Amino acid sequence: MKRPNQLFRNLSAKIAAIPMIVTGLFVFVGGTVWTVVYSFTKSGLLPRLKWVGLDQYERLWSTKRWLVSIENLAIYGISMLVLVFVIGFILATLIDQKVRFENAFRTIILYPFALSFVVTGLVWQWILNPEFGIQSIVRDLGWKSFTFDPLYTPEIAIYGVLIAGLWQGSGLVMVLMLAGLRGIDQDIWKAARVDGIPAWKTYLFIVIPMMRPVFITTLVLVVSGIVKLYDLIVAQTGGGPGIATEVPAKYVYDMMFAASNLGQGFAASTMMLVTVALIVIPWAMLEFGGKKNG
Amino acid sequence: MNYAVEIKDLDLYFGNVKVLQQLNLDIYKGEFLVLLGSSGCGKSTLLNCIAGLLEVTDGQIFIGGNNVTWAQPSERGIGMVFQSYALYPQMTVEGNLSFGLRNARMPRDEISKRVSRAAGILQIEPLLKRKPAALSGGQRQRVAIGRALVRDVDVFLFDEPLSNLDAKLRADLRVEIKKLHEQLDNTMIYVTHDQIEAMTLADRIAIMKEGKIMQLASPNEIYNRPRNLYVADFIGSPSMNFLHGEIKDGNFLLDGITIPLKGYEFAADSSQGGKAILGLRPEHILTGDNLASATVRTTVTVELVEPMGSDTLIYSTLAGTFIHVRMDGQARVSPGDKVEIGFQPERASLFDPETEDRL
Repeated sequence: MKRPNQLFRNLSAKIAAIPMIVTGLFVFVGGTVWTVVYSFTKSGLLPRLKWVGLDQYERLWSTKRWLVSIENLAIYGISMLVLVFVIGFILATLIDQKVRFENAFRTIILYPFALSFVVTGLVWQWILNPEFGIQSIVRDLGWKSFTFDPLYTPEIAIYGVLIAGLWQGSGLVMVLMLAGLRGIDQDIWKAARVDGIPAWKTYLFIVIPMMRPVFITTLVLVVSGIVKLYDLIVAQTGGGPGIATEVPAKYVYDMMFAASNLGQGFAASTMMLVTVALIVIPWAMLEFGGKKNG
Repeated sequence: MNYAVEIKDLDLYFGNVKVLQQLNLDIYKGEFLVLLGSSGCGKSTLLNCIAGLLEVTDGQIFIGGNNVTWAQPSERGIGMVFQSYALYPQMTVEGNLSFGLRNARMPRDEISKRVSRAAGILQIEPLLKRKPAALSGGQRQRVAIGRALVRDVDVFLFDEPLSNLDAKLRADLRVEIKKLHEQLDNTMIYVTHDQIEAMTLADRIAIMKEGKIMQLASPNEIYNRPRNLYVADFIGSPSMNFLHGEIKDGNFLLDGITIPLKGYEFAADSSQGGKAILGLRPEHILTGDNLASATVRTTVTVELVEPMGSDTLIYSTLAGTFIHVRMDGQARVSPGDKVEIGFQPERASLFDPETEDRL
């Protein structure tokens, strides 16, 4: 008997994968290449192949709004990343102590994640509003000079957005971490107790290193959420006060669809792509490339 | 003080479920005690109580003469080995052995002395720089034993340490644990559901059922003089044959066959009459050349033959009861053959069908 043609092995699986491959090639790869190409043109309301070289990029990097956007994303991104992991992990360890009503707690903490960023943004806009939010409640309780209005103070407005982001995202991190904790063999805990290792050391030196795969999954989810930060800003601050809470994704959107400046939007989105690639590619090589030797 | 571990009136409830009830157990210094039972009998629970990994509901535990009922596991002077090895996967073998000691702020040279001693005893020196993922199951379990060894404690607890290994490795490591015990002379408490492990390793076996100890005795005693029907049935593979009959005038009457009970040691307070169950191990039913020593003989028809190399098992029916008989491995029998069998009443066990206790 002849060896069957390799092309027809697992044929149904290959057929099933075709739509996604086509989408991937045309929408992601094609769209990316198209965007990068047109970022070197003078496209305005409509894309036009009129080359201007690096003009769009020069303009981009001399725009204050873009610089503020980058700075905001850095502040939001680093704070979010650190805090959401710390809060999520601590919540997960607390729930892992065999508490009663675990399901109820888990649901309550995960609930914000079920809300869209638009709803989250509006809710926190109200809570942080000095007229009828936290500030007015505390003042009504008697502390007349109490001031807490991050969304109206340009220097700290981005932290107001951060609070909303944390509130929304911590639940997801907690659930993922909890799943990771539950995957740890109970005998490991017992062995550590017999060895006389305190709980916090067991977490730090044994359990967290064992949870590496969960941490990586969570990292990817959190980071992608940070990079595409847009709707929360639009709903909560609209980029204000002034340009205090502008972010790159919003800059791209505004340039492309509000300011009729496609070229500028393309240049900005290309910069975002380059930044993400600069972070992801070395990491991916370290993470997956090293496996062959190790 | 003669005991390494003393357990007094131990109760453990999970909610309303009484897992251990009024359990008493004294373990001698240097003894190898095996807790044996089917799953759910409370043997692992008892071990976890001794280790301090479970809080007892009531009762007391003494280790080395100290009341440790409420002490932390690390303060009890125990080392423990788990079924799943429970090694710390991100650390090397050396790290696994020394982590607990480093945490206790022991001087460096003392740590390295203990680690190299343990590694020497267990022959894992070449593995010290490797991570657990790069080790085989047997090697991992050795490292786990090493982690208990470096703690330099008097009592070792083993929670089904060989259950995750394949049959060959299990037999090898079993021998090594036995050697280790002879070498170290520590007290070892070993939980298993494998009766071969229990029989081969133990100085004494405690057979547990539903949170109670059914019998605590040497393997020999448990095998030859099981205290009740459960123990008799649990120990031995293939299991003991149970024949229902009646005791009358010093004889056991079984469907027309009279077996004189001369030479059988009755328990002191047992009644020597009425209904009874005669328990005969497959090898205590004699065949072939051994028949000469049998006082009572009968003939049965072979229904099924299981040749196992070293010996051959035959299945048959006697007095309406399915029985198995162990024959010599070289015996040539096939289903349908008539085989003459004989009994040795002095090696049999008699049980009361009501209380299921030994007569």
